[in-house]
Amino acid sequence: MSKYILSINGHSRSVEAAPETPLLWVLRDSLSLLGTKYGCGIGQCGACTIHLNGVPARACMTPVSTVGRKQVTTIEGLDPQGEHPLQRAWKELDVPQCGYCQAGQIMTAAVLLKENPRPSDEDIDGAMAGNLCRCGTYLRIRKGIHRAAELAAADKKARK
Amino acid sequence: MNAPDLASAGRRNFLRQSAAAGGGLVLGFYLNGTTQAVERLEKPVAGGAEFKPNAFIRIGRDGVVTLVSKQPEIGQGIKTSLPTVIAEELEVSWKDVRIVQGDLDPAYGRQSAGGSTSTPTNYEDFRRLGAAARLMLVEAAARSWKVPVGECFAADSAVHHRPTKRKLGYGQLVDAAAALPVPDPKNVQVKDPKDFKLLGKRIGGVDNHQIVTGRPLFGIDTQLPGMLYAVYEKSPVFGGKVRSANLDAIKALPGVKDAFVIAGTDELRGLLPGVAIVAESTWAAWSARKQLQVDWDEGRFANQSWSGFVSDAQRLSKQAGATVLRQDGDVGAALAGAAKTVEAAYSYPFISHASFEPQNCTAYYKDGVLELWAPTQNPAAGQELVTATLGIPKDRIVLHITRSGGGFGRRLSADYIVEAAAIAQRVQAPVKLTWTREDDLRHDHFRPAGFHFLRGGVDAQGRLVAWHNHFVTFANPVTRDGKTSLVPGSGGSLSGDEFPGRWVANCLLEQSAIECGVPMGPWRAPGSCVFAWVFHSFIDELAHAAGRDPLEFRLDILGDKAIVAGSGERGTPYDVSRMRRVLLHVADKAGWGKRKFPKGQGQGIAFHFSHRGYIAQVAEVTVTKDGTLKVDRVVVATDIGAQIVNLSGAENQVEGSVVDGLGTLMFPELTIERGRIVQGNFNEYPLIRMSDAPPKIEVHFVKTDYPVTGLGEPALPPLAPAVCNAIFAATGKRVRQFPLARTDLRWG
Repeated sequence: MSKYILSINGHSRSVEAAPETPLLWVLRDSLSLLGTKYGCGIGQCGACTIHLNGVPARACMTPVSTVGRKQVTTIEGLDPQGEHPLQRAWKELDVPQCGYCQAGQIMTAAVLLKENPRPSDEDIDGAMAGNLCRCGTYLRIRKGIHRAAELAAADKKARK
Repeated sequence: MNAPDLASAGRRNFLRQSAAAGGGLVLGFYLNGTTQAVERLEKPVAGGAEFKPNAFIRIGRDGVVTLVSKQPEIGQGIKTSLPTVIAEELEVSWKDVRIVQGDLDPAYGRQSAGGSTSTPTNYEDFRRLGAAARLMLVEAAARSWKVPVGECFAADSAVHHRPTKRKLGYGQLVDAAAALPVPDPKNVQVKDPKDFKLLGKRIGGVDNHQIVTGRPLFGIDTQLPGMLYAVYEKSPVFGGKVRSANLDAIKALPGVKDAFVIAGTDELRGLLPGVAIVAESTWAAWSARKQLQVDWDEGRFANQSWSGFVSDAQRLSKQAGATVLRQDGDVGAALAGAAKTVEAAYSYPFISHASFEPQNCTAYYKDGVLELWAPTQNPAAGQELVTATLGIPKDRIVLHITRSGGGFGRRLSADYIVEAAAIAQRVQAPVKLTWTREDDLRHDHFRPAGFHFLRGGVDAQGRLVAWHNHFVTFANPVTRDGKTSLVPGSGGSLSGDEFPGRWVANCLLEQSAIECGVPMGPWRAPGSCVFAWVFHSFIDELAHAAGRDPLEFRLDILGDKAIVAGSGERGTPYDVSRMRRVLLHVADKAGWGKRKFPKGQGQGIAFHFSHRGYIAQVAEVTVTKDGTLKVDRVVVATDIGAQIVNLSGAENQVEGSVVDGLGTLMFPELTIERGRIVQGNFNEYPLIRMSDAPPKIEVHFVKTDYPVTGLGEPALPPLAPAVCNAIFAATGKRVRQFPLARTDLRWG
């Protein structure tokens, strides 16, 4: 076991874990941040998507020893009030069915929108290709991303 | 779920309830004409600070209305839709409503989410529950104003006095209403549907905020103080048993608290023999498992393989079927006399449910009481299996139903619940068992594979006159009362009534079974999910052989008789008028036969009746010359009765069924070698991704006067045949095997 100081959702958190422990299980078991989900353990499904320094990463494939000083953002830290445009759009369009994959979907989509504020359907399909939804809510996820893009643009306009 | 004192709070609650039950206090009531539950309303406890007219409704003095969701939520939206039914009749503003998930409790009646039954078995009762409570609140207000009840009405969580425009909020009426007798719900007048304010509207899922903010909701999110983490290794060969394991070495590994063998039982869907590792964290348990060495007695299924099953099916197809399911007319003579005949073999493999949240359960056994937190579709089955296997009395088991990350029928089984209970019984601490994805794919209760050997004939006028199917299915040995018999898997038995069985003058349906150790269970729309594909594909073959339009050919088979009675076996009368209506509706909306498609593009049509729902679909596809399929558009017409409960949820279920039906056609396949499943994870067992989902899914609800029914399953079965029939129209290639990758679709 080794001690690690991690920066998670803007807070410094100290954990003890074996070096190869995937960040996923450190988040879930040690830190009770349960929004990041286990789906496959091999980076195939995207349920565990988090941001490392603003880049989407698979927490199931990220050993805790490799995190270092990188800023970790989980679904709990995306927006403390749940008011991120994607979260608002997801609620407005009633995207989830079972909901298990949706945190990962939102985390992947958040980076897409940051890099590409008005993505096309093709852009969305490409960016979201690594995130599975077993219930088949793909059409609503796609609509949700378009809607979030609109909401974000409106927010930006309102701030000006 | 993350509350620190949940375990002890639950235990106190259990002990309180047990004492109450012993003292004769009825905890709740359930009004129901369709289940075995108690048929009366409990008189509310006098002097309470809340109005609790029944087990499902509580109104506090603060005006907050708490509604209990009794059914397990697995993504079908029941936690939102059934409470909406109560809220509608109660005339409460949706913003004032709080939903809580009920535990397993006889007071709630049947609590099983399967067979698309939650809506049809509860809808009318739940209306009356809401209406009875509303009448009491109106009565309470009228008495306090000393005015006739007829001058008062309920709306927006308040009772209004029409002549004086006075109003009293529900919170203000709690004490007065609690003192009133509860009216007989049978005599309660429910609302005229034209006055509905909530039903039929789009209502967002009640857990959506928690989902999008990552709050703990699911079974796998359960955390308890002092909780340990477990993994359970079972024989890779079905039916295998533990001879020995390197337990001492495992116990010495970092973070490991205990490791032990569980003997289990012989039931393929019961508590399987295996080795449990209990550790301080999930990762410590899973890491230790990599060092685990087990010597397995692999048992009598160790030589089974998929290629062996294929040979068995071929051999059986050349014999008469073991059982005759239907025999009308003389199929042999009709085939001999037919103008055109078609012969074809269709097959599909075993597949897993792959519910996204892998199986898991948290269990705590202390002082003779077992407390369970389970993502389950059928909590009572979990309780019963634990009692039967471990001997813990039913009344010493508390089961908390958590949200499930998908179900699809997998969580009707309770194997993972009894595993967690068996581990907890030994550990004497709260313990969470989490399956890996590999455990989940390889130890599913799989959708049965099957082979259909079909012959059909049309006469000189192009009418279907002969239909012969020899269905080769799979059966598990099941022991009951000391006797072992072979039982086909759930969804692995064909009904003699299945369309077109009742519609063809000369019809022979036969069934044979291959014994296997592969445990099988219900997979979304069991039976229907594959039978609709086989039969509507073969009907399409016959339509083309007859040179007739596939829609017109189907309408001709259905005929003009309004109702076709069941033979009694599955007993379902088939309402032809309802099916004709959705079929014509979907054809109209899709513009069937109106457009000419270039080579490589086409439309296909199919319909299916299951789970009380009548559904027809048209698919439009493009197949490129290199054989790549793109489903461009799917049009769906459904008749599930007089009322859509939640329009958003209903559309979501149909869209999801279409995507699930397409994904299952395109990708998954499990193969078996040396008695074990080969594929282990999503790299070998692909699921459909966003880019393959049809960009356009158009959902049409045809409203009829029939009872309100469910939508978790019936929209799935027609998708695969509609797509495959469209592929044929586009390319002339007939798909006769799942998954699609087994058919070469290149053309030109």
